[in-house]
Amino acid sequence: MLLALAAVPVLIAVAIRLTDDGQGGGGGPAFLDRITQNGLFVGVTALVVAIPLFLPLTVGVVAGDSVAGEAGTGTLRYLLVSPVGRIRLLVVKFAAAAVFCLAATLTVSVAGILIGLALFPVGPVALVSGDTVSVGESLLRSLLIALYITLGLLGLAAIGLFISTLTDAPVGAMAATVVVSIVAQVVGQLSQLEWLHPWLFTYHWLDFADLLRQPIEWSSFGANAVLQLAYVAVFGALAYGRFATKDILS
Amino acid sequence: MTDPAAQAARTDPAGGADPAAAQPAPTSDSAAFAIRTTDLTKRFGRSTVVDGIDLAVPRGSVFGFLGPNGSGKTTTIRMLLGLASASAGEVRVLEREMPANLARVLPAVGALIEGPGFYPFLSGRANLHRLDSADGFASASTRQARVERALERVGLSSAAGKKVRAYSLGMKQRLGIANALLTPRELIVLDEPTNGLDPQGTREVRTLIRSLAAEGTTVFVSSHLLSEIEQMCSHVAVMRAGRLVAQGALDDLRGAGRTHLRLTVATPDAPTAVATLSRLGVPPAPLGESHPASHPADRPAVRPANDSAIGPAIDPAADAAESTALEGELPETVPAETVVAALVADGVRVRGFAVERASLEDLFVELTGEGFDVVQ
Repeated sequence: MLLALAAVPVLIAVAIRLTDDGQGGGGGPAFLDRITQNGLFVGVTALVVAIPLFLPLTVGVVAGDSVAGEAGTGTLRYLLVSPVGRIRLLVVKFAAAAVFCLAATLTVSVAGILIGLALFPVGPVALVSGDTVSVGESLLRSLLIALYITLGLLGLAAIGLFISTLTDAPVGAMAATVVVSIVAQVVGQLSQLEWLHPWLFTYHWLDFADLLRQPIEWSSFGANAVLQLAYVAVFGALAYGRFATKDILS
Repeated sequence: MTDPAAQAARTDPAGGADPAAAQPAPTSDSAAFAIRTTDLTKRFGRSTVVDGIDLAVPRGSVFGFLGPNGSGKTTTIRMLLGLASASAGEVRVLEREMPANLARVLPAVGALIEGPGFYPFLSGRANLHRLDSADGFASASTRQARVERALERVGLSSAAGKKVRAYSLGMKQRLGIANALLTPRELIVLDEPTNGLDPQGTREVRTLIRSLAAEGTTVFVSSHLLSEIEQMCSHVAVMRAGRLVAQGALDDLRGAGRTHLRLTVATPDAPTAVATLSRLGVPPAPLGESHPASHPADRPAVRPANDSAIGPAIDPAADAAESTALEGELPETVPAETVVAALVADGVRVRGFAVERASLEDLFVELTGEGFDVVQ
């Protein structure tokens, strides 16, 4: 799965390299046209592309599989009689999902930067605020963005973990988790439901541009963290409530 | 979590209780039992799967848990191990209330529950390592040796490096048993341990269970295969439709099932034989199924005896007739040889004669009803 994620920036970079007419500029999504000027942008661009679907998809697979997958292979009952406490099992499963979120975003980011280095010129990076930072500083900013997105995915991971405790069919849990993330994004697009938007775990997903200002604007980072922790707390509690008393019949 | 004191307590050959545990001293009544349930009940919605059972598994016994499919055996085992909660009733395992003391009791319990469950993409050895490291009480330093020992005990050493995906059902079953043996246990629960095993594997499992029992481990085996339970268990409980219909030491149970010996006579002279048997006080023998005469080579040896006997004239045509199996219950007061002598004296051509103690199967069928219908 990480390989598939790494393929995203590679595809983007290669496609742009091949179609680059040398004039610079042009259409396409935000950041896309700037890749040709600076290879370091490939990582950020790839993350923007991966956020709506690819990252939630992989996180949904991992989180949805966490408990239901063990139930499906029949290993859940053996883990529980080993004995592994049910709370401990949930905590470990969530930690594993969180580690995967980080690994997934870092994979996209690092693969993007590497392919950018290989195919495009690299130099000091112009930020959204107009300032310019060195290559080293920009790598640090890339890491921050990866952390920001990882944080943003934790809420989804918690939802996936909860759904995973509801069923013994891992595929169902995975699909449901991915659907939840898509529905949240669709709802986020409907202006009629604007009152709901700040409560969606997807609300801050694309707000990492604040990390590309000078000085760094931390408010969105903080808001994202609070929102995601709230999701983790609520769905963690739901998962515990469901799993602690569940009859394991798989 | 490798507290040396706790480790020492668990490997204590006397099977002493964890000294760190602040448990009230077990009463003398429950001390003798590895598993004790009181009115244990499990309902799913409106159906009652386990209906108020009182299991008593003595320490050190090999306890056979018998019942047809769907009689609630596995559900009971899940409740014993804290996987499912009881709707009513109490469970005590190794003298401790369950499921309140799960974390203290389960390290001393090894289990194979409703077939093995392993990660197909890992090797057998890697699966055992993973499950053992999940057990917070198992020492990591001895893991390697314990895994190899467990694999060796179930005869999987040579296949341990293969991915579980490539295992046959029987090999997976063996791996499941190996998992139950990873650390020294006080109680081992095996749910249908011989499922999918070849005859040789079945025999190995029997030997294994006997060796575990010899070490003092209590073994709780569920099965629907009576012959197996009969061969290796010291105690039996029989389930039917969620209820416990019999429980006790195997010998007591056998005695309670049928006090009489079962007599079987194969003869072509059924009417004469019935008369003779009735006269001897063997209860009127019901007519069994007909069997074709299966040993024609035996007949010349039988004939002279018949010819010399003073009895009713025998129609030579009957010689080719089929034998009829007669069954009856033989009272303890009538020696078997008297019956044979009387039959022969009356000119009955005895082609087969057997006296059997009632098998557990008779008892089982008596208790659970015959046929393949799963009792609802």
